Amino acid sequence: MASVDMAERSQLAGWLRGSISSFRRKAPLSVAFGIFWLAAMVAIALFADYLRPYDITAMDLTSRLSAPGALRHLLGTDELGRDVLSRLIQSVRVSLIIAFGATVLSAVFGTALGFAAARFRGIVEHLVLALADFQAALPFLIMSLAVLAFFGSSMVLLVCLMGFYGWERYARIARGLAISAGAQGYAAAVVQLGATPARVYLRHILPNVASTLIVSMTLTFPEIILMESGLSFLGLGVQPPETSLGNMVGFGREYLTRAPWIMLAPAAVIMLTTLSISLVGDWLRDKLDPTVR
Amino acid sequence: MIRFVLVRLLRAVITILAVVTFAFVVLRMSGDPAQVMLGPDVPQDAVDAFRRAWGLDQPLWIQYLAYLKSIFTGDFGVSMRDKASALQLVLERVPATLQLTLPALILKLMIGIPAGVYAALHRQSFADRGVITLAIIGFTVPSFVMGLVLVLIFSVILGVLPSGGQDTWVHGVLPTITMSIGGIGILARFSRSAMIEVLGQPYIRTASAKGLKWRDVIWSHALPNAAVPIVTIVGFMVGSLIAGAVVVESIFSWPGIGRLLIVSVSNRDLAVVQCILLIIAAAMVMSNLVVDLLYGWLDPRLRSHAAH
Repeated sequence: MASVDMAERSQLAGWLRGSISSFRRKAPLSVAFGIFWLAAMVAIALFADYLRPYDITAMDLTSRLSAPGALRHLLGTDELGRDVLSRLIQSVRVSLIIAFGATVLSAVFGTALGFAAARFRGIVEHLVLALADFQAALPFLIMSLAVLAFFGSSMVLLVCLMGFYGWERYARIARGLAISAGAQGYAAAVVQLGATPARVYLRHILPNVASTLIVSMTLTFPEIILMESGLSFLGLGVQPPETSLGNMVGFGREYLTRAPWIMLAPAAVIMLTTLSISLVGDWLRDKLDPTVR
Repeated sequence: MIRFVLVRLLRAVITILAVVTFAFVVLRMSGDPAQVMLGPDVPQDAVDAFRRAWGLDQPLWIQYLAYLKSIFTGDFGVSMRDKASALQLVLERVPATLQLTLPALILKLMIGIPAGVYAALHRQSFADRGVITLAIIGFTVPSFVMGLVLVLIFSVILGVLPSGGQDTWVHGVLPTITMSIGGIGILARFSRSAMIEVLGQPYIRTASAKGLKWRDVIWSHALPNAAVPIVTIVGFMVGSLIAGAVVVESIFSWPGIGRLLIVSVSNRDLAVVQCILLIIAAAMVMSNLVVDLLYGWLDPRLRSHAAH
């Protein structure tokens, strides 16, 4: 009985070892770390409400600016005695929500315009390309500064604004791919069968070009996180009492000399997250799309 | 070639027009500047007088046409706060910004490109790994984190460099480094991959097979061809000489364009914001234009293609 158990266990261990090493053959250690970190961030964002030890606005006035390491406040507290760990967890959630929302918006918007340019050509195509030129001429940070300061910052506006980030990249890629796909047999075949243009583009061309678009999403996502944290750092992104990673760094800056942990904790999270996405994104790109380098 | 230049010029003008329109629409439609400048408790006739004085009582399209006309006659309006010419206010700040961005650009070029080329020639070496690491840092560490960490190390802990202000050249050291580190990494990565791509081409094999010294192969065959993609990214860096310092200027309290933009944006000083947007866009469009023309010079294929 025991020997069977042992055999089973060693089989299991062997299988585990085999699958881990085959994963390591396929994905280097850095990519494994990236996937692990991103999974942890997504989990934290999903379960933020249960993970937070304190409310993000709960003040503990007896222990203001206390250093990290204490059991009550693992990552220390800020100038109002608010728990840095709790705020960090909430910040991860807010920053990820904005970045996810904006990445999806920008991918949909850009791809739609790119397909429209490929479908109608002529004036529509010129218009889309002119819009892309315009986007390239005006640094995104400057444009968002103007829009946010004049409309006032709100969560919805912030997501919509960030949703314009990088759309021109999708538009250019989608346009190019759709034009070349249109020349291929399969697209012509479904057109001959009488499919509507919407059906041709969404059901047939889109799945064929999706991998390239997904790879561009892994490029845009960390840039949106950096852009949002930059805006929040400047005080024009996420507004208090809500908190985001950049917003925490911005406020922590005032206490740089006395309490550097307020700023260092979110800064580390920003860096590790963008790093992980680039590592995983590069790996995905090699896997999914050998044509793009 | 002339047609090529003309088409590019036309596109540049259209782009600038789009930026002007964008600035006008966003800034003018987002709220009532009179309320913001005067505050909520001001009597109605004062608000009306303010609107008349600034032409805000006219229909929007008349305001737009008037704005376009004044732009093309070189009049960018008057700052609502300082009552000084917006263009003058902005131009006064340009030297301060360039004091940071020009040295940073030089650092990026002098370190980034040689490092990338060296890494490409010595793949898998220690230097190659260093370049890759630096490039990753350049991509993942936002400039505000980089700046604050540098302040923490050099001003707070070591106490050797000032953390803000613009009194002496020493004050410019930390902001310049903050701005250049990321760019060095990005440029090094670009140069590295451009160089690796070129080194794999058949003409490099031909050049070394016909007995050229490796050194000559690199200098006269590999580098000129690798220059084409590098020019793109350098052009982008030149274009953002004015715009690139918003965050860094605000960290180090440097009185340049970026600080002016943030202050004007929070004061809703329309004329100044529009003027800055326009100058930044003009700089970007100009450098894109120059890059396009440089392509024609660097890559004869493009030139002949444009001629036909």
